[in-house]
Amino acid sequence: MKALVAVKRVVDYNVKIRVKADNTGVETANVKYSANPFDEIAVEEAVRLKEAGLVTEVVAVSIGPALSQETLRTALAIGADRAILVQTDDEIQPLAVAKILKHLAEQEKPDLVVLGKQAIDDDSNQTGQMLAALLGWPQGTFASKVEIADGKATVTREIDGGLETVGLTLPAVVTTDLRLNEPRYASLPNIMKAKKKPLAVVPVADTGVDIAPRLVTLKVEEPPKRSAGIKVADVAALVDKLKNEAKVI
Amino acid sequence: MSTLVFAEHDGRALKAATLNTVTAAIKLTEPVHLLVVGQGIQEVASAAAQVAGVDKVLVADNAVYAHPLAEVLAPLLTELARAYNAVFLPATTTGKNVAPCVAAMMDVQQISEITAVVSPDTFVRPIYAGNALATVQSKDALKVITVRGTAFEAAPATGGAAEIMAVEAVQPVTGASFVGQELAVSVRPELTSARVVISGGRGMQNGDNFRLLEPIADKLGAAIGASRAAVDAGFVSNDLQVGQTGKIVAPDLYIAVGISGAIQHLAGMKDSKVIVAINKDDEAPIFQVADYGLVGDLFVELPKLSAALPSP
Repeated sequence: MKALVAVKRVVDYNVKIRVKADNTGVETANVKYSANPFDEIAVEEAVRLKEAGLVTEVVAVSIGPALSQETLRTALAIGADRAILVQTDDEIQPLAVAKILKHLAEQEKPDLVVLGKQAIDDDSNQTGQMLAALLGWPQGTFASKVEIADGKATVTREIDGGLETVGLTLPAVVTTDLRLNEPRYASLPNIMKAKKKPLAVVPVADTGVDIAPRLVTLKVEEPPKRSAGIKVADVAALVDKLKNEAKVI
Repeated sequence: MSTLVFAEHDGRALKAATLNTVTAAIKLTEPVHLLVVGQGIQEVASAAAQVAGVDKVLVADNAVYAHPLAEVLAPLLTELARAYNAVFLPATTTGKNVAPCVAAMMDVQQISEITAVVSPDTFVRPIYAGNALATVQSKDALKVITVRGTAFEAAPATGGAAEIMAVEAVQPVTGASFVGQELAVSVRPELTSARVVISGGRGMQNGDNFRLLEPIADKLGAAIGASRAAVDAGFVSNDLQVGQTGKIVAPDLYIAVGISGAIQHLAGMKDSKVIVAINKDDEAPIFQVADYGLVGDLFVELPKLSAALPSP
């Protein structure tokens, strides 16, 4: 059984985000990029399923600029077998991403597609669900546990207030939440090995998907700034302020 | 044309986020219809009809809808969406799970977690974990939107008198089944909806010391959280993580204990109304966003704070 894993190249989670002076977006020049953390969890999960003998091949895919090859190499270093980059320099929104992934799923015929629940740049949390809907496959989103047996996936989901478990007939789509696993650090030998693994580059036009954005970003602004407050001398002063000034306790 | 709002409920009562979502929907200045889906939900439907600003309540009461799986909800919402200009869902885990399915089936680009309605086709939404706010205009005829509850006031739960109309069930997507549910039995509120959150960071030194937060949490009715540093160090489990890669919280009061204030942590809590920081390093970045800072050793200050707070 084959697993397809989607990874996105995003601004690293430790970078301080700065809005461009002309309010057209955020500053992306000279900032560190990494694999979206939720997608790393997705790769790790697929690789663990392979190590457990439940999956035979893990194919990592990314959609984006040529530099996304680095992100795919990260996935290969964690343990994916091969990678596909659908290359485009254009802005690409979740609906178009889902349509491209559907195209790839129809070609690759995986039994399982694993994606991060959201990317930490646009925070949409849409792609996995859209892909499942377009394919007509069942979905297990925000997964904190995935078990595969007898052509079924049993997925424990993080929902408001607790956990929900769903049974999915394969093929299915799973999106990952934080508690699913802790991705390994790729070892140096595996990073070297990853450089030799196959990575196919496909121009986005070859997928036949219309990627024209449906949402126009009119402006991007800084959120209202918080200013530093005051230092209090001791606990008594703190409790007094919270009670009588802020009125929150 | 009207706006359809998906009502989230627990089988007996509407969930609070539904009322915030109604407020957002009313801003489109079209009639608002509230859709209640479930099994044996007459009580919820009656409550929905009383929400101020709701013009009609659609009720899909059927055994198919016993559990709110995306595979059963999305086909129903998609079928109904054809008669609307906009479909609004609360940005709860249920709303987030279902909305993109509806958007994809209708071939529209969803707009996630809006925090403001600028005009019927233009909305504000946070990106980069709230470090930037994007104003986006939709070119799709149908708008499929999830609403961040904390950004909108709750619509009054009473005062309305909407007519109630039953709707037929729609054939679900096959392949998914409900296995079980395990709702947290913690006496503490949920992290993302708690009115008060107290979080510990690397300064807590180990997992056992998180117990020092408990008496304070008990007195304030607070949820307990943690920074990524504390999670990475293995002090507590990942589900407590507040930050860009964890949970985004916006309580009335956020107390950061032994947390230096890394960017990724601030991204998860800086929309809190009042922030308190307790840290022994008076240069810690957390003090730059804190309304009240207490410089001191948390192992000394926490017991004092616990003692100084009145019992609930």
